[in-house]
Amino acid sequence: MTIRPQSGHRVDGLVKVTGRARYAGDVAAEGVVFGCFATSDIPAGKVTSVDTTDAEAEPGVVRIWTHENVPRLPKLTHAAAGESLLPLQTDRVTFEGQGIALVLAETLEAAEEAARRVRATYEVEPAQTDFRMALDQRVVIDDWAPLSTSVGDFAAGLGRAQVKVDQSYRTADRHHHAIEPAAVLAIWDGREMLVHDSTQWGYGVRAALAQVLGLPPTQIRVVSEYVGGGFGAKGSVWPYEVYAAVAARELGRPVKIVLSRSQSFTAHGYQPATDQRVILGATEDGCLTAVRHESINPTAILDDHIEHGTLGTRSMYQCPAIETQEHVVRVHRGSPTFMRTPHEGPGMVGLEIAMDELAYALHLDPLELRRRNYAEHDPTNGKPFSSNALRECYDIGAERFGWARRTHPPKSMRDGNDWVGWGMGNALMGTFRFGASARTTLTRDGRVRIETGSQEIGTGTRTTLPLVAAEILGIPADRITVSLGDTNLPEAGGTFGSSTTIGVGSAVREAATQLRHRLNQLAAEPGLQPHEYGEVLALRGLDQLAAEGGWAPSKESGNFAMFAFGAVFAEVRVDALLRVPRVTRLVGAYSVGRVIDPIGARAQITGGMIWGIGQALMESSTMDHALGRYVSKNLTGGLVPVSADVPDLEVHFADEFDPHASPLGARGVGEIGPVGVAPAIANAVFHATGIRIREVPIRVEHLMGEG
Amino acid sequence: MRPFHYERVSEPVKAIAIRAVAPNGRYLAGGTDLLTLMKDGVECPDHLIDINDLPFRHIELDSDELRIGALARLSDVADAELVRREYPLLTQSIEAAASAQVRNAASIGGNLLQRTRCPYFRSETVVPCNKRTPGSGCSAIRGDQRTLAVVGTSAVCSAAHPSDLAVALVALDAHVRLEGAGSTRTVALRQFYQTPDTAPDQDTILRPGELIVEIVVPRLDPRTVGHYAKVRDRASFSFALVSAAVVLRRDGDQMRNVRIALGGVAPMPWRLPAVERALEGTGLDLRGVAGALETILADARPLPGNQFKVSLARAVVHRALQLAAGAA
Repeated sequence: MTIRPQSGHRVDGLVKVTGRARYAGDVAAEGVVFGCFATSDIPAGKVTSVDTTDAEAEPGVVRIWTHENVPRLPKLTHAAAGESLLPLQTDRVTFEGQGIALVLAETLEAAEEAARRVRATYEVEPAQTDFRMALDQRVVIDDWAPLSTSVGDFAAGLGRAQVKVDQSYRTADRHHHAIEPAAVLAIWDGREMLVHDSTQWGYGVRAALAQVLGLPPTQIRVVSEYVGGGFGAKGSVWPYEVYAAVAARELGRPVKIVLSRSQSFTAHGYQPATDQRVILGATEDGCLTAVRHESINPTAILDDHIEHGTLGTRSMYQCPAIETQEHVVRVHRGSPTFMRTPHEGPGMVGLEIAMDELAYALHLDPLELRRRNYAEHDPTNGKPFSSNALRECYDIGAERFGWARRTHPPKSMRDGNDWVGWGMGNALMGTFRFGASARTTLTRDGRVRIETGSQEIGTGTRTTLPLVAAEILGIPADRITVSLGDTNLPEAGGTFGSSTTIGVGSAVREAATQLRHRLNQLAAEPGLQPHEYGEVLALRGLDQLAAEGGWAPSKESGNFAMFAFGAVFAEVRVDALLRVPRVTRLVGAYSVGRVIDPIGARAQITGGMIWGIGQALMESSTMDHALGRYVSKNLTGGLVPVSADVPDLEVHFADEFDPHASPLGARGVGEIGPVGVAPAIANAVFHATGIRIREVPIRVEHLMGEG
Repeated sequence: MRPFHYERVSEPVKAIAIRAVAPNGRYLAGGTDLLTLMKDGVECPDHLIDINDLPFRHIELDSDELRIGALARLSDVADAELVRREYPLLTQSIEAAASAQVRNAASIGGNLLQRTRCPYFRSETVVPCNKRTPGSGCSAIRGDQRTLAVVGTSAVCSAAHPSDLAVALVALDAHVRLEGAGSTRTVALRQFYQTPDTAPDQDTILRPGELIVEIVVPRLDPRTVGHYAKVRDRASFSFALVSAAVVLRRDGDQMRNVRIALGGVAPMPWRLPAVERALEGTGLDLRGVAGALETILADARPLPGNQFKVSLARAVVHRALQLAAGAA
């Protein structure tokens, strides 16, 4: 069945663009106290003293906590934690930007000024913030996915190879840069902790706060009506959220903390850079015989984050021998975290540039090389794919892009002053599925309310869920509203991992199915029509009728390998004199199962592909390793694409229904968009200029001098 | 809070008088740079003198010169019909700067006085920076060097001047008219900026309390053509890595009165007098200019992280010359 989006498509678009949508930082509370952390200026050492005299002289300061007078808290052990160690609980400093004092004051301005006036002295210890200088100290850690895999005999496969590629690739440290900085308001009434939070995971915040505060989860309520972008930065629980709640309880007054842009560089995580090495061996006719992919990323001294740069390589191409190995290096920086798109986002940069290099070594069209190595099933674990329309993506993408008109040699497509280059890259992202629950409630006016503890982070949850319920109930989606962002509502997982439509959508489908079932039972006669729902309630003397539904991945579905797939085609132009790379065309074709909301899905992918342009050509959170700090903690020093950088961009979806991923037939859409874009652009730059750049972002200086 | 006085004045003498007794005061025009610097703690004035009501918004052309009031907004100047017609280079350089929103707010005088984008200057104030806190040291010279200047620098500061408009104005031999307590003077914009030798915190020769009130641009020969070329990391709303303003007079098939100013490479818009002389009389088809272009920034002292700016500057000038001369 085709679900048609309603006109005026995004249901909360109007309140957002008119400023009426209420974000956590917008929520007012009587008697509120503002919190601001004073942070460490050094990346490693011990705080020997914190002088707050000058800070306390600032009018309006209510309290200042340092490691000497802060309430003692347990370690944050809950899985939702972004960092386990809460600042101020120790005198040890392990990164620049770590909180060393928390100022609580009557106004935000007073809190910020007092925080500036906090004077700390340190016992400075040697710091290492550059993981590339400490690669010999790389270690393996435990994580949700293994850090190494091996299938087949790599050495034998490479021995058999007639053509080889063995190269190293780099991606950069990057930050999420959500336009709404993280914000939290905690209100303690002596019994319940109410937390208005800009979070991607309300139930995660609730669980983590329960652990630290020693409260039962039922006495904590987390509300997030709207989130102005998260991209992973708000997917975990970070110290500012914990301390807002702790301070609210201690002071008996509401406490609000809103991060500044510069604090957003260190108060929550970032996407770590990766150093990768890819070895490919292939026969003369382009069939892979051996693949090895290594990836290393920095992590924190006290916390683990592995950017699984080789995940994609484990499943992308058919090959008898695939080895992957990941490591981390501990450096004096805050903990990295998930960032759209984690793992495959950086990881596929290495694999897909290497595949392009292999194509050139073989004198073979890069798309044809990928077709020849299409995986019929997951090459590492042998499982069948739940559904995979990658070949259709190749066909659609190539056709829409006009790939057949490409001339293979580099620098062969000059147009006036410009070298023109066409490149492509594959996209792949693992499918994350989390259990969820929802409630649907019909009222006498024939309207339905969906309730679920999920979040709206800009992805369109309020628009997509009614489409799912409308299909089951047979009523127009505009008669269905959604309440979300509240842990008083039925539990749902975090809005991350491209999991919401799968998990929450399936729960809504089940709740709607239950509601329809109960209505049928209540109806006087069989054959109840949707327009008669209200009458049924009246007939039975009911004001409303509710039904709950839940969904969790079935055990059997675990027998399948599940991925979103895509093929990305890029055109770049490089002025032969000025050497500035600019993207002029992007076409992406995607296999994501059934598309529930075509307009919303297209918007999601469009944003993701634009982010891929940023990864390819701009984004890098530069760190000064002598100072141990980021150089430009703002949006003018760290660039992201603006409208003028966005080219003619097309998004296409394969016509597909995944019978195993979810009852909706859908897989995830949210994060596949940025994957594969950067390598497609890097490959297009090579095609344009003949200059092979093995790192992103690619900038003008990379292209000066040669060619 | 960092309290400060705010005062809005409508007469120049009043503004200058207030400023004379407020040594740590600042004039406030568009505020697009000053306010961000205040929020970051880089600037901490105790007195803001809002000069937006001063009568300096004119854009006038007579037989000798174009006169632009210092409080005219960037967008007013770029959009003015007489500027588009007579000085398209100015419109080009302004439209290459910032965003439409910033151009609507920012004043022409303020644009010339904007502070460097050196990331260390704009970093948290604990980070050493001689331009922000003279004597504290320069973090940039041994740090992230990518955006720094390559010429006109000193051991104490390598920051580059960020303005696009100033580059075009210097190529056009513009002057600024300054008013201070009891004095008025006119200075060539080329002499307005200073290198960071003894006082890296002083970008210009402006005396304390002196106001830029007007920018004066000489009339151009009708055969004059120009082009502003800007290379940056993204297509809009970012500062120049390198830019070039080129002005020349077409004389048959030759170029005359060549004037070239570079942006992004020096603490000020950087004229290239030797290159200008070498190009004098060369063909508009740009044959035979390669040798002259090779001498651009030959005296530069780039750092490892910004070495690319030298060859990029040559390429940018080459492209700007082509586009100005109609040879591209």
